[in-house]
Amino acid sequence: MSKTLFDKIWESHIVKQIPEGPSILYIDRHFIHEVTSPQAFTGLRNRGRKVLRPLQTFATCDHNVPTRDQDLTIEEHSSRIPIEQLAANTKEHGITYFPLGDPSNGVVHIIGPELGITQPGMTIVCGDSHTSTHGAFGSIAFGIGTSEVEMVLATQTLLQTKPKQMLIKVDGELSKGVCAKDIILHIISRLGTSAGTGHFIEFGGSTIKGLSMEGRMTICNMSIEMGARGGLIAPDEVCFEYLKGRPYSPAGDEWNKAVSRWSQLKSDAVCNFDAVYQFDAADIEPMITWGTNPGMGMAVTGKVPHSEGHVAEIDTIETTVTQNVAVAKSDAVEISMAKKALDYMGFREGEPLLGLPVDYVFLGSCTNGRIEDFRAFAGLVKGRQKASGVTAWLVPGSKLVEREIEAEGLGKILREAGFEVRQPGCSACLGMNEDKIPEGKYCISTTNRNFEGRQGPGARTILAGPLVAAASAITGVITDPRELVNAIGSEITYKSKSANTK
Amino acid sequence: MKRNKFTIVESRAVVIPKDNIDTDQIIPARFLKTTSREGFGKNLFYDWRYNSSGEKIEDFILNTSNGEGTILVAGRNFGCGSSREHAAWAIADYGFRAVVSTFFADIFRSNALNNGLLPVQVSERFYASIINYSKSNNSLILKIDLMKKQISNPQTDDSEKFEINNYKQDCLINGFDDIDYLLSNINEIEEYELYKASSL
Repeated sequence: MSKTLFDKIWESHIVKQIPEGPSILYIDRHFIHEVTSPQAFTGLRNRGRKVLRPLQTFATCDHNVPTRDQDLTIEEHSSRIPIEQLAANTKEHGITYFPLGDPSNGVVHIIGPELGITQPGMTIVCGDSHTSTHGAFGSIAFGIGTSEVEMVLATQTLLQTKPKQMLIKVDGELSKGVCAKDIILHIISRLGTSAGTGHFIEFGGSTIKGLSMEGRMTICNMSIEMGARGGLIAPDEVCFEYLKGRPYSPAGDEWNKAVSRWSQLKSDAVCNFDAVYQFDAADIEPMITWGTNPGMGMAVTGKVPHSEGHVAEIDTIETTVTQNVAVAKSDAVEISMAKKALDYMGFREGEPLLGLPVDYVFLGSCTNGRIEDFRAFAGLVKGRQKASGVTAWLVPGSKLVEREIEAEGLGKILREAGFEVRQPGCSACLGMNEDKIPEGKYCISTTNRNFEGRQGPGARTILAGPLVAAASAITGVITDPRELVNAIGSEITYKSKSANTK
Repeated sequence: MKRNKFTIVESRAVVIPKDNIDTDQIIPARFLKTTSREGFGKNLFYDWRYNSSGEKIEDFILNTSNGEGTILVAGRNFGCGSSREHAAWAIADYGFRAVVSTFFADIFRSNALNNGLLPVQVSERFYASIINYSKSNNSLILKIDLMKKQISNPQTDDSEKFEINNYKQDCLINGFDDIDYLLSNINEIEEYELYKASSL
């Protein structure tokens, strides 16, 4: 029987199948951070359990960390305590920890791949929903809760029920000024925030294959925003090239063996997916969101839809299990939600958002905090000046990205344009540190969620890619980056070209 | 964690008929900094319960006389967004034993089950009928029987079955913990590791 990539990885990790119940699934790699792990270690301690395989868990602090003066003691007591506990817990149990200031520290979903800890064919979990990012390497990667963190620490396994499977294909050439973030915002705006619930998504098609690993990570990162457990992309040369020579990647003979094993990882030619969606790259424009969930998105040149009008148009080529996407999106409740979202955002039905003043611009997060995002942003602002009314926070995803920014001369370009590059962390994506967007202010954010209050109580988040963020930071208003890209003839595209400064 | 056993719960239902209630609404990120599992209930739905000056928003259901009960009813895609188990802890700590919705975000569902909080997925029809009932009667009692996998509205005798796999049903009824079960399979786990190492 033909199998999907997901089937193959899943089946090779089953320790035991409980009749009429879940499977015991073996976990290859486990990442932990300071927010969702303390209670798991307390749970172990309370019952005298130990960490079964400490070498397969890796720790970093990222959610609570300041993005300035990281060499100083963290002032905020409530942020410092969980970080101190993580240091103590990892030391006690012999777990590798990349503390604040360490050359390998950074946002958990940025450092896993860049250190080569994330590899094709693995099962990878973390107490964080954006663990789906790691699926870009052809692995089964998904977010878990703290009780499950404790399970993995104690047993290196999880009890899991096999999800359904969805294939999303994107084919064709992307237009100039359109990046990976726009692809995924476009997809979610069409399918809605719950189309993926109960599913794992495989992304395929020529457009996806043409993306760099950074772009693929952005796509898989946001599969959770469709409700999916995770997303994955079959590994190929682009993936192997990215991993080669990374600190935890296999080396020497092991490398060749690994590549030949990884090269087998793909779905069979004809597979049964529970749902299949097809998109054309030519339809995708630079995107922004107008509402309070990531599905409330539109082209940056578009108009805020009328509440009744934002019903998904779905190109379904083959759907064996019908999701109630379209049906549910058109009902009265959804309309009242859209109205409430517009109230919160201070937008009106039918109005264009181009030219609307922005207060804050945030470049960073596990969605868009990688070197390629900084290249795109810097490429567009080069030789220009930040608008004086805009507060811009540029936060690299990791210490490595921070070093790459300087090594490639991007830091100089950004500073000359009036920007400050901060130190790595999750920062304003969820405002657990000091970086909060004030009530009522508009923030163009390269992050993943525009929920009410996500970036601070009352903050108004407009999700976008790094190019829209850069263009808007320069003009001070919501701007179509193509206006600026065309003006300078700049070739800023997200084609596969891996970072070579490792 | 030792938890309460779940068999039958009959209670007044607290109805929040909104779709896509995300975990940032259930418990905002700024309240996630404590390192224990306790005490999150006081911050449940914080930004809906209190205004920016910290004053109660009088008409939010948890601030009204209809806010008492151990069954929470909410719209579709409940618990979407972050994986924070704090959302399930906050709901359980506030005193809820079950959440009823037409469907749950995946991670929230697992988190709830791992904390003895029962997610009950009902049909659109049943949901509509209990929402209508609560609107016209300003009160709703629900009965959830985990042994029978059945939810009912005793006032109208309307009922339906809900799904939960037998393993999880057994865990909830007996207050069992997944880790005990997994550790009882330690030999299989180690055999798997040996097999995997030899096949590379």
